[in-house]
Amino acid sequence: MRNTLFGLVAGRLGASLLTLFLVSLVIFAITSLLPGDTAQQILGQFATPEQVAALREQLGLNQPAILRYWHWLSGFVTGDLGQSASNGMAVAQLINDRLPNSLILAGITTIVSVPIAITMGVVAAMGRGGLIDRLLNLVTLSMVAVPEFLVATLAVLIFAVKLNWLPALSYVSTVDSLGDAMKIYAMPVLTLCCVLIAQMARMTRAALIDQLDSPYVEMAQLKGVPPIRRVMRHALPNAVGPIANAVALSLSYLLGGVIIVETIFNYPGIASLMVDAVSNRDLSLVQACAMLFCGTYLVLVMLADICAILSNPRLRNR
Amino acid sequence: MNSLKTMTHPKANTVRRLRHGSHLPVGAPLRRNRRRLQLTRWIGLGVFGFWILVALFGPLLAPHPMGAFVSDQIFGGMSAAYPLGTDYMGRDMLSRILTGARYTVGLALVAACLASLIGAGFGMLSVLLPRWLEEGVRRVFDTLISIPSKMMALVMVSAFGASIPLLITATVLSYAPGAFRIAHSLATNLATMEYVQVAHTRGEGRLYIAAREIFPNMIQSVLTDMGMRFVFIVLLLSGMSFLGLGVQPPAADLGSLVRENISGLSQGAVAVIAPALAIGTLTIGANLLIDSLSTSRATQKE
Repeated sequence: MRNTLFGLVAGRLGASLLTLFLVSLVIFAITSLLPGDTAQQILGQFATPEQVAALREQLGLNQPAILRYWHWLSGFVTGDLGQSASNGMAVAQLINDRLPNSLILAGITTIVSVPIAITMGVVAAMGRGGLIDRLLNLVTLSMVAVPEFLVATLAVLIFAVKLNWLPALSYVSTVDSLGDAMKIYAMPVLTLCCVLIAQMARMTRAALIDQLDSPYVEMAQLKGVPPIRRVMRHALPNAVGPIANAVALSLSYLLGGVIIVETIFNYPGIASLMVDAVSNRDLSLVQACAMLFCGTYLVLVMLADICAILSNPRLRNR
Repeated sequence: MNSLKTMTHPKANTVRRLRHGSHLPVGAPLRRNRRRLQLTRWIGLGVFGFWILVALFGPLLAPHPMGAFVSDQIFGGMSAAYPLGTDYMGRDMLSRILTGARYTVGLALVAACLASLIGAGFGMLSVLLPRWLEEGVRRVFDTLISIPSKMMALVMVSAFGASIPLLITATVLSYAPGAFRIAHSLATNLATMEYVQVAHTRGEGRLYIAAREIFPNMIQSVLTDMGMRFVFIVLLLSGMSFLGLGVQPPAADLGSLVRENISGLSQGAVAVIAPALAIGTLTIGANLLIDSLSTSRATQKE
């Protein structure tokens, strides 16, 4: 039993690694399809042919693609991510400086959103078809389709411009007290939470309703178990797996959300680093950031899968 | 993630419902009263229809040309002459939104149709293909689905620069795999149905089965899925434009309008709120409409 379960998890891990390898191929292929252009793009239109040739030499663009891919990939494994083309710093150093900020933002968002979302989902599922459920359905249905920058601009307009409670921009360097930190993180976290909570609440509701529809809950109802106990003691423990699955999948949304949020609030995280890199055509930095994001995404999807497998024995023999 | 689940409903009818993954809104309530359902549908239809009309006829109705500098005042408020104020260069915001909506809606519609066409096409096809080829097709789409859509778009823009054909390509590359997964699981599920097996036994060819037995039964789900994809593509493309990596000036979609006027946010300018609200209403309207349509189909079958 333990053996097969371990095998399953190891299998998922292997599959994820394989996918990550294939993803790295895709990313490398896209960013290296036009090798001549890269040097040209960096130097601009007015570069002399000699300059372009020199840069091509420096970037190693004259080597065959497969060799460059090998260097790139092995650099990845050893932590040598190359140099940023726009400011000459090591890519690993740039990422190292920014990554903690993004992780803090994502961490706070997770801590805030998960309990709220699960509560909303459980409340909606318990009062299925009732007023609260329909209201939550309408609200969450609208929230999942709202662009982050609408939430962000409205938040800035209300809290920073009209009420003057919060600064409009985030600067992590000026944190002195807990109050300062809360002021800085309030709006980015609020913006990220909106969509995230809506998505998670809907998935939690669906997962719980799946359980509530099953015969054993009907049996409990016929036995005369009161509704709260029915949900808390009977349905919820069985829905934990699907809910964890939903949470992990929703968290992968954060990867897209932070890109907009970090840009709009000038938050010095990894996503705004990547957006700048894309604007500057700084390909080695883009590649590294993209791999980081895709890797994180794969980890979250894998965790979601593993949660689903652990919670549902029927999935184990697939 | 987006696997399909067939569940038996107490009323002895088989209700097929999509289990939604990260990209789809989840589980519409089945027991909803009729009037309420109609209400969200009409709201959705009204708002979404409005934006379709704007995309079709907006540029004709615009009081000023999109790029015309009409006012000396930048970030002007709402007035009779300029109902949505003026932008950071003193251009009429209403005209710019009416024109920009065409880009937002048009690009997303084209991309959604292409993504669904390619995804659903391969999804159906792979049921007909030999085993090893089906596995190969699945592997390719599985790899593509593992790249978040914004990453795909960012990586492609960094390599090729932002242009409209490129944006559509990047969008299709990241949204076709999802469409493929859904179509593929629908098609594989349908392929095990009795009437399909009867057709097999009858000696019908694979192409006939795909076209006459499987396709008609999945078209509705594919269309609903396409609607969802449209919403997410609008969000992706306007997000890219908001980052300055989408539609490039002088052309402007709604996302670019938010970006170029973002400096007016500290003054509470209408010019930044209006286009942001425009995108929000478009996507919310479309989402409500699609949800009510898919929900009512579920209830009809009960």
